[in-house]
Amino acid sequence: MSIFIDENTRVVVQGIGAQGTFHAARNKAYGTQVVAGVHPKRGGGRWDELDAPIFSSVAEAVAKTGANTSMVMVPAPFTKDAILEAHAAGVATIVAITEGVPVHDMTVVYDTVVRDGGARLIGPNCPGLISPGKANVGIIPADITMPGRVGLVSRSGTLTYQIMHELAQAGIGISTCVGIGGDPVIGTQFLDVIQAFAADPDTDAIAFVGEIGGGEEQRAGEWIRDNIPDTPVVGYIAGFEAPAGKQMGHAGAIVKEDGPGGESAAEKQAILAGFGIPVANNPSAAAALMIERLARG
Amino acid sequence: MDLVEFQGKQLFARNGVPVPPPGDIARTVEEAVTSAERILGGGTSAVVVKAQVKVGGRGKAGGVRLARSVEEAREAAEAILGLDIKGHEVRVLYMEPASDIVEEYYLSVMHDRVNKGDLIICSRQGGVDIEEVNRTDPDAVVKRQVVPSERVDGLSRTVALEIVTQADLPVEVRESAADLLVALFGAYLAEDATLAEINPLIRTPDDRVVALDAKVSLDENAAFRHGELAEWRIDGIDGDDPLETRAREQGMQYVKLDGDVGVLGNGAGLVMATLDVVAQNGGRAANFLDVGGGASAESMAASLKLVLSDPAVKSVFINIFGGITRGEDVARGVLGALEQLGEFPQQLIVRLDGTNAEEGRRILEEAAHPSIIPAPTMQEAAALAVASARSAA
Repeated sequence: MSIFIDENTRVVVQGIGAQGTFHAARNKAYGTQVVAGVHPKRGGGRWDELDAPIFSSVAEAVAKTGANTSMVMVPAPFTKDAILEAHAAGVATIVAITEGVPVHDMTVVYDTVVRDGGARLIGPNCPGLISPGKANVGIIPADITMPGRVGLVSRSGTLTYQIMHELAQAGIGISTCVGIGGDPVIGTQFLDVIQAFAADPDTDAIAFVGEIGGGEEQRAGEWIRDNIPDTPVVGYIAGFEAPAGKQMGHAGAIVKEDGPGGESAAEKQAILAGFGIPVANNPSAAAALMIERLARG
Repeated sequence: MDLVEFQGKQLFARNGVPVPPPGDIARTVEEAVTSAERILGGGTSAVVVKAQVKVGGRGKAGGVRLARSVEEAREAAEAILGLDIKGHEVRVLYMEPASDIVEEYYLSVMHDRVNKGDLIICSRQGGVDIEEVNRTDPDAVVKRQVVPSERVDGLSRTVALEIVTQADLPVEVRESAADLLVALFGAYLAEDATLAEINPLIRTPDDRVVALDAKVSLDENAAFRHGELAEWRIDGIDGDDPLETRAREQGMQYVKLDGDVGVLGNGAGLVMATLDVVAQNGGRAANFLDVGGGASAESMAASLKLVLSDPAVKSVFINIFGGITRGEDVARGVLGALEQLGEFPQQLIVRLDGTNAEEGRRILEEAAHPSIIPAPTMQEAAALAVASARSAA
């Protein structure tokens, strides 16, 4: 098994410009079923690069192709409406790759789609997710990993690739890798992914990559201590050297001055250590910790 | 982005939130004196001289002074300009006609990251640290979650009245405080703010309520709806660092830091990790710079140029994980960038990993560029970059 996406995933792509087409084609080449594209003015046409039909709405794509997952790659000003449209069309899993979506837009989306709608929204501002050997939805490079039994969850893109790559070089594969995104309001939290991994019979261990800002890592850590204390869990929190009050690339990666506390990497590391979860000082050390932990059995 | 007080008040005023009569910006003691002459000459009994910095606690730090004469205003301006408030140097003052204060309250609307919603906070106790009030006397702080329909329809006056009543604001000001809250919430939504805080909200002798302070944060991701926020960038406050201003103009994610190892990489998380690894190897990063996904010769050249223009930079650590961008393309990007840049004294430690990394490293080695030192891992690259910065210093 795996979580959120697998061989039964059928993807409709919203945003079929150059970027959307490039990544959708890669996803398809990996074996993912990319069944349709959506474009308001090109409905009825053919998406040649993907050898797939284009529909003018998500609802039509779902009706005609049985799509159950959407990949959203439209520009930030249109992302809110794109996600709401996918949800209204009954798409159960929505993966929003787009960066730069306003917070107020995401608050509305979160209420409608996640809190009241019960859909699985991943992102925005995320690399997507991959269940190696089954499906890849998003922009994660597939050839640096392989099927396995470690679940990986991360707020960062390239840093995730780094850890996946180091694990692969040590012969360790992945059940599912989920990039949850670096924004303040995202559809799927650390804890949601970790709970899904805990329920997945094919995930034996969990690696996570957090960042400065917010407190989601701590919430997940507390749940791990109380519910799956025997599962090997290791992590890394990026940004030990980040100064307070500066946004470090991601909109959510900021330790607020005069803030609530607990947002710095060192504080998160200490809090998680208190829950019995080791947090390494750098990504290589995190991969090494996992390798060592799995070797111990 | 955070606004300073006078900007927050401008934003409030255009959204119907009552603020004191307009004051003046002063960057020098002379400008402060001219402003004080105007304000005091207009019949106001006193002028408040206020440091414009993007950090709280300026009152305690001596950044706010009341002046009853032009001479007092001069002394206040002399004392406050140049003051260091929690690492922020005061370069701009706001000279404001003093308000008569009967009582002080607290009112704010903010994005609530934990609950992924918006929160309205109101308290009868204002002009003090609201977090402290919340700890010692939580019943004195009213918190109300915004419901989804209010994001579309706005806050109703009935609900606003309930909130200020629950916070036990005096009967005499409840109506006007409710109106102010409706306007504040409207401003929060219309301007894409993530924080709109009034502390203190004051009661005047004629029972009006006025925002005596304003703390506003705007969502930069919503800039496309607001003329790119350029109206809020002012000399002496933003552009604290000229390199950060330049980077922003070029659409780069750059943060100036205080070390001597220049850092650039692809992906915010990876760059943050790079700063961490540099520190663990005994060095200090001079900056944070995310070049983004592509790592083309053009973006690499622009990024490198920016990093190298910082005189503090003694060596550069380029940290690229090739995902979809292949190692050979990254290597060619770096070499292409060097052709565009010409000569410079710093060494570039290039760490390439991921897709086709071996091919990329082979290209770099064959090029044998005198400025480039290839390194296979982050740790080795960091050690080399720190050593190179030391020997160049």
